[in-house]
Amino acid sequence: MSSVRPDSADVIIIGGGHNGLVCAATLARAGQSVLVLEAAEHVGGMAITRRFAEGFKVSAAAHLFNQMPLSLVRDLNLKHHGLAFAATDLPTIGLSPDEAPLRMGDLDALNVRSEADARAYAPFDRRMNRFGKLIHAILASTPPRLGTTLWEDKWALAKMALKLRLLGRKEMRELLRIIGMNAYDLFEDEFQTPVLKGVLGFDAIVGSNFGPRAPGTVLTYLYRRAAEVSADSSTFVQPIGGLGTVTQALARAAEAAGARIRTQAPVARILVENDHASGVLLESGETIVANTVISNVDAKTTFLNLLGTEHLDTGFVRRIDHFRSAGMTAKLHLALAKRPNFTGVKPEWLGGRLVLSPSLNELERAFNPTKYQSVSATPALEITIPTIHDSSLAPTGQHVLSSVVQYVPYSIKGGWQTHRAALTTQLIDLLDQHAPGLRDSVVAAELLTPEDLEKEFRVTGGHWHHGDLAFDQFYMVRPVPGATQYQTPLPGLYLCGASSHPGGGVMGLAGRHAAHRVMSKSP
Amino acid sequence: MNTPLAPHYKKPLWETPFAERARALQQRDSYVPWAGYSTVDVFTTVEQEYFAIRNATTLFDLTPMVKYRIAGPDAERYVNRLVTRDIRKLKVGRVSYVVWCNDAGHLIDDGTVFRIAEHDFRICTAERQLDWFMDSAIGFKVEIEEVTSEIAALAVQGPTSCFVLKRLGLEGVEQLKPFEWRNLSAAGRPVMVSRTGFTGDLGYELWMRPEHALGLWDDLMDAGQSRGIRPIGSQALNMARIEAGFLMPNVDFISAEHTIRLNRDRSPLELGLEWLIDFDKPHFNGRRALLEENRVGPKRRLVGLDVAGNKPAHGALLYSDEAGLKEVGHVTSAMWSPTCKRNIALAMINTPHEGLGSTVWADVYLNRELMWERRMLRSQVVERPFFAPARRRATPPNDR
Amino acid sequence: MSNPSLRQPDAIVIGAGHNGLVAACYLARAGVKVLVVERSDIVGGAAVSRKLYQDFTYSNCSYVCSLLRPEIMRTLELPRYGLQIIPYEGGCTMMRGGGHLALYDNHDALRREIARHSKRDAEAYDRYSRDVMRQCKFIKPLLMREPPDPTSFKPRDIQELLYLGQRLHGLGEERMYDTLRFWTMSAADFLDEYFESEIVKAHFAGTSIIGTALGPRSPGSAYVLLHHYMGDIDETVGAWGFARGGMGAITQALSQSLEASGGSIRVDSPVERILVKNGQAVGVALASGEEIQAKTVISNMDVKRTFLNTVDPEHLPSDFLTAVKRFKIRGSSGKLNIALDGLPTFPAIPKDSPTIRGDLHITDTVEMMERAYDDWKEGRWSQAPYVDMLIPSQIDPTMTPDGKHYMSVFVQYCPYELADGPWTDEKRQAFGNTVIDAIANQSPDFKSLILHTEIRTPWDIEREVGLTEGNIFQGELTMDQLLFNRPVPGYAQYATPIKNLYMSGSSTHPGGGVMGAPGANAARRVLRDLGIEAKA
Repeated sequence: MSSVRPDSADVIIIGGGHNGLVCAATLARAGQSVLVLEAAEHVGGMAITRRFAEGFKVSAAAHLFNQMPLSLVRDLNLKHHGLAFAATDLPTIGLSPDEAPLRMGDLDALNVRSEADARAYAPFDRRMNRFGKLIHAILASTPPRLGTTLWEDKWALAKMALKLRLLGRKEMRELLRIIGMNAYDLFEDEFQTPVLKGVLGFDAIVGSNFGPRAPGTVLTYLYRRAAEVSADSSTFVQPIGGLGTVTQALARAAEAAGARIRTQAPVARILVENDHASGVLLESGETIVANTVISNVDAKTTFLNLLGTEHLDTGFVRRIDHFRSAGMTAKLHLALAKRPNFTGVKPEWLGGRLVLSPSLNELERAFNPTKYQSVSATPALEITIPTIHDSSLAPTGQHVLSSVVQYVPYSIKGGWQTHRAALTTQLIDLLDQHAPGLRDSVVAAELLTPEDLEKEFRVTGGHWHHGDLAFDQFYMVRPVPGATQYQTPLPGLYLCGASSHPGGGVMGLAGRHAAHRVMSKSP
Repeated sequence: MNTPLAPHYKKPLWETPFAERARALQQRDSYVPWAGYSTVDVFTTVEQEYFAIRNATTLFDLTPMVKYRIAGPDAERYVNRLVTRDIRKLKVGRVSYVVWCNDAGHLIDDGTVFRIAEHDFRICTAERQLDWFMDSAIGFKVEIEEVTSEIAALAVQGPTSCFVLKRLGLEGVEQLKPFEWRNLSAAGRPVMVSRTGFTGDLGYELWMRPEHALGLWDDLMDAGQSRGIRPIGSQALNMARIEAGFLMPNVDFISAEHTIRLNRDRSPLELGLEWLIDFDKPHFNGRRALLEENRVGPKRRLVGLDVAGNKPAHGALLYSDEAGLKEVGHVTSAMWSPTCKRNIALAMINTPHEGLGSTVWADVYLNRELMWERRMLRSQVVERPFFAPARRRATPPNDR
Repeated sequence: MSNPSLRQPDAIVIGAGHNGLVAACYLARAGVKVLVVERSDIVGGAAVSRKLYQDFTYSNCSYVCSLLRPEIMRTLELPRYGLQIIPYEGGCTMMRGGGHLALYDNHDALRREIARHSKRDAEAYDRYSRDVMRQCKFIKPLLMREPPDPTSFKPRDIQELLYLGQRLHGLGEERMYDTLRFWTMSAADFLDEYFESEIVKAHFAGTSIIGTALGPRSPGSAYVLLHHYMGDIDETVGAWGFARGGMGAITQALSQSLEASGGSIRVDSPVERILVKNGQAVGVALASGEEIQAKTVISNMDVKRTFLNTVDPEHLPSDFLTAVKRFKIRGSSGKLNIALDGLPTFPAIPKDSPTIRGDLHITDTVEMMERAYDDWKEGRWSQAPYVDMLIPSQIDPTMTPDGKHYMSVFVQYCPYELADGPWTDEKRQAFGNTVIDAIANQSPDFKSLILHTEIRTPWDIEREVGLTEGNIFQGELTMDQLLFNRPVPGYAQYATPIKNLYMSGSSTHPGGGVMGAPGANAARRVLRDLGIEAKA
């Protein structure tokens, strides 16, 4: 039980999501005494594996692993700590009611549909890869601040300019042109095959609050490409035991380096003494003392709830209040009595990533009603059947279907209580159209709307990225001016979660950058 | 009473509850807009009105002063986070002069805070603040309401003002110390009286329900007849406030919420208001920026100037040398002080030229019978206020 | 085959729209012999006044003068040639269910007006104006400059880049971030940071969608909000208003200014082809077969029309052609010009409010505008369109017979191509009826006052004025088509891959509106290449 002397550490990290754990491991390896406080029973945040029906387990939020930099996996020795893959190089298959399924990157198959597309695809892909590499340099570094006299900020800007120049004149021009564009126009300009464009469009908007016609969605597409570059793979990977394995390995790595992790320790307040973070107060009433507090929790919760506006200036609070953080992505989990049979999908594809986004126009139509707190009858889906590669997730012979559902608004007219069941049925029907018989094999179903994600994972708005990834919430202005570079207006308080650059995805970069920032600031 | 209200697009300005009396007494048809109201600029002559402030009793219609009610369990914490002074020390029955700043520590406005009850405050300011006040309320359990039109207000200022108020029947008014307020009544009309003002002289401010405004005005005029009571307009008040060294928004500073150009906003340190900042209290808006500014020292300061000659140095640029080679600041307010017999000014001067006793040169343009002449007038940085009579603080005040 | 009656000009400007005329005027004043050739029978392009019905003058394309640069008016002495801009009085948004929000010039009246909807918004309006004004101040000097090429190492480009950097740096840290955000946000999100009342947000959001194929929720739409403030920034009265005599008065004054400087204009002279020899423009061939030689050719047509219709593709690099084809010029607006037998009444507006003399809109919410945009995306005109009405004849007595009125109705959104096949007379009429019904819902006597209606879809505007897809900006104003990307990366400085061929239309920086800046900038570029000092 708790001792008389309050618990203490050099550094407290609030939240044991993947970024918090990366941050903890990095700091602990540098010799700091680190204590991670996790509200839930298990660490992992939005990268966990949990039961959703008797005998069925699923990666409850994120369900694919393709963005964590290899260097991080290596540095933290995650494989040693239990990270193993059930499958790598998962193919992406585009589904459509109007076309046969298309395996992305299969130029022969593409050639049958459009010779022009088959010709254009490889050069396009190479170019996006080049741009992705450049954007990766942005993801892989702490954003500079503008207008300061600091050498490091100027150097970072100069480095960016140089990298841009090194693309060569033609490519630099093209990047500067398309970076502000919308995905719809870019893909329409390049390609003809609807499902090809649909899947590319899906990659540009998944997890975001925009339709493919929204300017800025090429940025989010490149952002995704960049993350894949840093993971050194443009394909998807499925960890054995689901995404929870990743965070379990991170936790072990952190503990091996000397960090302590306490679960079921929800934080009520960040404590302040002499205008400096001094520790936290747990909901249990226990006080824990630390010189440095790092929040892996989203920016709104951190500042408005845990710290409290009385320690902040009005202008800053105004900015935080306007940080757009309503999620637009839901998660559907189905327990299936038998292996589903998707029409036209080859058996070796079934363990891959099936994207139902028949065209850019359909994708835009899926988005439209969400602007008015409603939901489309045919949202876009990213489907995985993890049990194809990993039988540990379901009883023998039975299967789990895990699907990202885009777009599902955070708030819906009439409230989710009245809509959740209907949407679940609707989604099962939609899946049944592509996998006849699926409906009848459903043993159990769980739909996590953004509102549910908010509750389960304590993330304001249930947003995967803690807040929209868009130009006005990106890089130097993420989450808001005054809280960039992982620092906050309150000395001793830092951010390390997806609210900070470079945002969400199971990447771990925000955690790593934050750790480095903390170390550079500690005496 | 007021005529039926014309729509705002025909008559943009409101009238105050005293408008009927003011109309009857003013001789110049000289009005100025103030915070959405039409107010009298000059009733008779500026000089007569000014001397009444320093010699007798004056009435100034204060109704347009924007008033906010701030109430709720977090009211004290809210106001304390808003303003730079430590509001925890403000007792019920007291008033405090305060400023509030943005994140950069630049002044948004100044005003007075009345502590009405433990969890109930009133803030009076010259300009509207709802936007900032509401955003400042995020995370606090407070209710904020503008109550300007619900409260009519009169400033009763001058050496004989206490006498007049006693004669009006406000019992115990002489016991009010500076920056105290009390609920009193006159002829059955409840009146909140505060010993506050913008003249630097003995004076009070009366806050009442609008339906009592005209009756109270009439009774005051009767009660003050033998003490030379007269209404004044904003021009005379402006003279008194310069002598008292008080700041005027949009004259001596611009709200940091309104500036478009960079470096036009001012910090309380620059405005010579460091005495209003309490760095030892809990966090308040702009604290971190002000601490940093305090560490390196402000770049400029608002100071009092004594200018040679008798021509007001309105808007003059200031130089460190008579030849006018190095510009070091500018005058924000200027006047010939009839009481002090000095040519005074408030000026914003860059460091290090702002020290007490420093000499700067004011570039003044004089219009002499339509001919313009330029003068470089020697000016000295002096203490302000320029005029601070002992009677402004004496309690009970001398009755004459 | 050149015309013997005309001495060979030094420069030919194709298209007598306002930018073409501005460019021509600047050149003529610098001593260049300029000939402007115009396809139509009158000058003006989209800035014209026409009499299509009795003695009613229509500003039948552009309808308001908001952005014409005062320095251009001054340098070209346009007031001397009869141009008078009369300010109009604010604007007003009417809600469909009744009620309205007016924008009065008087600050106190305006505050009380907004306070009818939200007291807080009435005060937040000051912060909103301040922030938009800050952005205007930042952008204003950039309008009249050539955008630098960020990939270039030329001293001029580097110098201009530095200038841009310095201006940005001069904002200070906080405002630099605000600027980055402002230029990339959606109007809806931006407005949400200030206002709570739906009608207040809807009113301001209107300016963000005019003429664009974006909705108020599309990122990048916020910065279009500053167009409304651009006129104010000059602190010159009358920057926003009606041209007395209709919008044609602007191009008429420009024509006179041009002729006074020795330039000439030929109408009814459609250009068939730009003549290119050895990679250099050498003149134009008219549809009549006549060829006119000139050392410099400036096209005021939009970039697609210039390079896809008027230049032989063999003279153009394929990358450039691809880029031109991919340049987005989208028809999204329609226009109705209506002759009225009297002033219509709008019960939503108080009878005696002066706001009827401003621009009148019908919308309730940002959502309504966004839904109107959703219709456009599906290839149909908005079922509940955003309409922007003006009755300039209340202020400018020259436009109509006494007691009668002219109403200009700008409609957002109307597609260039309909999902259900080409535009027909019936569809045009149906579109017009949708708009007229929307107005009649606000004005019971409106229909009975209509004497004549001209309905123009994007398809009509393209056909009549020559603007591709009838787009009023000669190209979408999105991030990928602004500054050094406009119209084509590497060709944003008014020059083209063909030597001595230049662009001066709104397809170039800084884009559309009756601003004149592209024309002035293009002329400066031409003069620099000719080695001539521009005057003023």
